[in-house]
Amino acid sequence: MDIHEYQAKEILSNFGVDVPAGALAYSPEQAAYRARELGGDKWIVKAQVHAGGRGKAGGVKLCDSENEIYQACEGMFGQKLVTHQTGPEGKGIYRVYVEAAVPIDREIYLGFVLDRSSQRVMIVASSEGGMEIEEISEERPDSIVRSIVEPAVGLQEFQAREIAFSLGLEPALVQQMVRTLQGCYQAFRDLDATMVEINPLVITGDNRVLALDAKMSFDDNALFRHPQIAELRDKSQEDPRESRAADRGLSYVGLDGNIGCIVNGAGLAMATMDTIKLAGGEPANFLDIGGGASPERVAKAFRLVLSDSNVQAILVNIFAGINRCDWVAEGVVQALRELDIDIPVVVRLAGTNVEEGQKILAKSGLPIIRATTLIEAAERAVGAWRNDLTQATNLRAV
Amino acid sequence: MSILLDRNTRVIVQGITGRMARFHTKDMIEYGTNVVGGVVPGKGGETVEGVPVFDTVKQAVEATGAEASLVFVPPPFAADSIMEAADAGIRYCVCITDGIPAQDMIRVKRYMYRYPRDKRMVLTGPNCAGTISPGKALLGIMPGHIYLPGNVGIIGRSGTLGYEAAAQLKERGLGVSTSVGIGGDPINGSSFKDILQRFEEDEDTHVIAMIGEIGGPQEAEAADYIRNHVTKPVVAYVAGLTAPKGRTMGHAGAIISAFGESASEKVEILSAAGVTVADNPAVIGETIARVMEAA
Repeated sequence: MDIHEYQAKEILSNFGVDVPAGALAYSPEQAAYRARELGGDKWIVKAQVHAGGRGKAGGVKLCDSENEIYQACEGMFGQKLVTHQTGPEGKGIYRVYVEAAVPIDREIYLGFVLDRSSQRVMIVASSEGGMEIEEISEERPDSIVRSIVEPAVGLQEFQAREIAFSLGLEPALVQQMVRTLQGCYQAFRDLDATMVEINPLVITGDNRVLALDAKMSFDDNALFRHPQIAELRDKSQEDPRESRAADRGLSYVGLDGNIGCIVNGAGLAMATMDTIKLAGGEPANFLDIGGGASPERVAKAFRLVLSDSNVQAILVNIFAGINRCDWVAEGVVQALRELDIDIPVVVRLAGTNVEEGQKILAKSGLPIIRATTLIEAAERAVGAWRNDLTQATNLRAV
Repeated sequence: MSILLDRNTRVIVQGITGRMARFHTKDMIEYGTNVVGGVVPGKGGETVEGVPVFDTVKQAVEATGAEASLVFVPPPFAADSIMEAADAGIRYCVCITDGIPAQDMIRVKRYMYRYPRDKRMVLTGPNCAGTISPGKALLGIMPGHIYLPGNVGIIGRSGTLGYEAAAQLKERGLGVSTSVGIGGDPINGSSFKDILQRFEEDEDTHVIAMIGEIGGPQEAEAADYIRNHVTKPVVAYVAGLTAPKGRTMGHAGAIISAFGESASEKVEILSAAGVTVADNPAVIGETIARVMEAA
């Protein structure tokens, strides 16, 4: 789960990381008022969306007056911010964060991630802050410092000092840097984060180490023990179909194609999408309905997939392990009867009691296209989608 | 021979009184698995499916000589249960539980390293379907009837995609020495490499099949290991060619976040190490059969 910059800053500052003075606003008027409260004569107005690359996309504005703040905000509120991380649909701006501008001497990149190779928390830092970490690894790989934290004892001071010195920090700043690193690690550990990124972490003209930006992501599997973090979920930043699926215990990812997929198991779901592509189609979604594939789940899955208006054919691929194909088949028949679906539906069942399952589909009298193997299913789904398109075009021609 | 598990392996089920655990305990016993007991704190003295329940894993090990454990405990308590098994002298643990916090798994792995290598428990999973040595024993939730006994060693992240592969083998009359699920989580017990090593040493395994997916470095690490240490033919399939970058595809670990983590990059890395890669999931069985004939 992702949170907003202002929320990450508040959390990190509770763990001893210094951040610029700032305040949240829900309207242009409030933003201007917040700036007056903060004082000073230069402010940064930052759109709060769950995505990086805001600066280049126009979501961060430097302002010299309350009037400018008001105008900057008017251009933001209610708009969709499209950055290289949001996809073409962008993310809605409903909150802005106003910060007092600070004089910057240099910018540092700082990230904490779960390193799957060492299976521990890894700190990644670079003297080339301000750029994305992907760019840094391409253009200045030599500037990157990595350090792995021993989970039994946590981040030790010497490790933090090593990082500070290898970034070329002046001795006077090292202690502040150590405190920043330890604060981030502690927050990461205590709150079950999966990522903490400060980019840039800046050294100010008056020798302070400040987190100018902050991003945090949390482990969904650990939210049960952090209700205060779970509360920060902002549904306005999620794909509505994906959040609806998540609320129903289904794992869904929307894609750009037009063949909807309903599959049990994540690996098989990915494999099914790959086979559709191989057969010349494009999958509309990833959907794992879980190993069990009960009739209720199958019905929910149909509703979810159909809520995507791009879907022009549906492929159901269920490998019945512990459950039985006849049971799954009944679920499919029931869902099709209830939902009155007018696009081609291809069903491939495999595993326990597959013959009985096929019989139920055949006897239902519904126009279900059956398949026995994965490749056959994908080819029939793509074929049915094409025919359907052809028919639709012919109808229009008539 | 088989790896990790055979007919004689004495098995306990942690969390045995739960609905799912009961169901699968029964299934495992029917398959022939030597289930000798279960563990649920506070339920010692009860009986489930004809086997005794103990309060602690230590008590279960003392009373039954259990060597292997299946963890069916809910996510908030699963890490604790795995560590309990490691400390009680269990040699092999399979964790089925999906949804264990990643930092709990970091703790588990760190804890397991306190034991010297020869006393260290082997863990597979979490978030896996389990391990089966067909015709001998089953430690997990997979349907036993789709596996024939034979000479293909399978290592996979995904449950149902593993079934798909086993079913394709069965169609061709090909069987499996052992199939091991390593699970779809980012921090897991054993990697592809750990299990490859065991299959390389197992004389009944003639061909090894790896079923990978997007995310993480373990397929690339396996490729490196295969190049230098594996003499047996290896076949692989990597799911997720159509998966977008930066999105989690069901499994917590199935997310492309770095170079070398996409399906096409993994295919390239594995091919370069001499692995025969099935280019689509429908030909996994066919590819294994072809490689077996050539071997």
